[in-house]
Amino acid sequence: MIAVLKPGLLTTVQDAGRPGHRASGLPVAGAMDRLAFALANALAGNPPGAAALEMTLLGGTFRFERPGYVGVCGADMQPRLNGTPVAPASGFPVLAGDLLAFGAARDGCRTYLSPAGGIDVAPLLGSRSTYVRGALGGFGGRALRAGDLLPVGPTPWARRRPRALAPGLVLPCGGAVTLRVLPGPQDDLFHSEGLATFFGAAYEVGNRNDRMGYQLEGPPIRHLRGPDIVSDALCPGAVQVPGSGRPIVMMADAQTTGGYAKIATVIGPDLRLLAQARIGDAVRFAACGEEEALEALRAERRSLAEATTAA
Amino acid sequence: MSPAPARFLTVGEGGLAVELGSGIDEQVNARVHLLAAAVRRELGDLVEELVPTYRSLLLLFDPLRLPRARLVASVEALLAGLERAGAAPGGGRVVRVPVAYGGELGPDLAFVARHAGISEEEVIALHAGALYRVFMLGFTPGFPYLGGMSERIAAPRLDSPRARIPAGSVGIAGAQTGIYSVESPGGWRLIGRTPLRLFDPAAPSPFLLAAGDRVRFRPCSEREYRKLAARAEAGDQALELEPDAVGAPP
Repeated sequence: MIAVLKPGLLTTVQDAGRPGHRASGLPVAGAMDRLAFALANALAGNPPGAAALEMTLLGGTFRFERPGYVGVCGADMQPRLNGTPVAPASGFPVLAGDLLAFGAARDGCRTYLSPAGGIDVAPLLGSRSTYVRGALGGFGGRALRAGDLLPVGPTPWARRRPRALAPGLVLPCGGAVTLRVLPGPQDDLFHSEGLATFFGAAYEVGNRNDRMGYQLEGPPIRHLRGPDIVSDALCPGAVQVPGSGRPIVMMADAQTTGGYAKIATVIGPDLRLLAQARIGDAVRFAACGEEEALEALRAERRSLAEATTAA
Repeated sequence: MSPAPARFLTVGEGGLAVELGSGIDEQVNARVHLLAAAVRRELGDLVEELVPTYRSLLLLFDPLRLPRARLVASVEALLAGLERAGAAPGGGRVVRVPVAYGGELGPDLAFVARHAGISEEEVIALHAGALYRVFMLGFTPGFPYLGGMSERIAAPRLDSPRARIPAGSVGIAGAQTGIYSVESPGGWRLIGRTPLRLFDPAAPSPFLLAAGDRVRFRPCSEREYRKLAARAEAGDQALELEPDAVGAPP
């Protein structure tokens, strides 16, 4: 069991998401920064999809009721174990009664805390992820509160020694980002001037950003004949442009269908960069080819495989 | 008339949207569902997820396992097979959805009647008299986009949306009708409410409707509504299917 003493700003149970029900309108949810999440699990010695806690901007304080081992990865929330700083991307043992406290993120936005054995809430439709807007999954379908007691799954072994990520694996979090995108599916519904704006301008993360999507501030993107399409499928990474001309990048909790033209799709491995961006951070978009997108995907899987092997 | 050629659209590195038409059309939507069934049958696990919408089918795949070009070639072959088979699908289930119209459960029924210049009874008869197609699900889990409502009962959305609409509310927005699947804010004109749960995450089948189903609304009394709602609350929700569903025209 892990006792939540302070929940932080928005802390939810997340895993790799709940795919398979998009056709029924159920968002996928899951970790916003899928690589940091998977690396936290690797550090903990867990399989890559074990359920962890996702903290946002301000981390929580937790008391371990039993001895165990945890992995931490993502934004640097200055974790302290019984008052002593621990590395922001590391794995370490905990004893019964230990206090693990996170503060404000020094950079980036989201940090994963993964106990060995995973957070053992009951799976719902194949996943332990919390879909907050739908009030389902995770711990009671909601963000954690002080006083919550989180069950931890069993582990067949006891890891003892602390460990850190290989230096090459440290993840950039926060600051200006450039997101690689594959144009489409509806880039043909934009004026050439609008496409030039989208690829040339610097956008900024506005205050309307959450697990569902990031609305960006910046120069409006010109459509050819207006923003509306016959509603079709919407995925995390899709860049919708509504009538205002300001792009909205859909994130993990994206609704499954939408009626605005989508100018491009952020490639999967780069979406974590936006998940770690915060209000005021600059965002640029760069077109990439399919081969570059696949190479980025290979590199992401290599990082994960290396971290898992090193465990 | 032979269908328009399919367009293959890139949806990130792991998504392919196959667009089969340009507008909201029963025949196009029926082909989307035929293609989905063919992909499921022929490509199996190679495609991780399928999302049928009004006029397109999104296929999600692992591009390091299945190259896009190969997927496109496979889908083209399946589409050619559909052309040869030629037939439109008879359509799967026809699900009867009981609705208590008007009163507290349908506070905007009077408005819709006034707007249409007919009586409330006529609105109910028109709404319950049609056979609707579930073009797709979306917006919220289990929410059906229904096609086939009579234009005569079309009504504008509310000027300012309600903050809280109970699950099961049946509404009209423009020429569309739909059923709120979970409690949410919304601006549709509410004409009634169904006791059925369109989304119940704890149930063995969490979603009442599937894209491609057809729906017929069955007027019920407020008393029957209460009875069925209590049963649905207890997890005992009987699905009413029309016996003549098989082979009915789409």
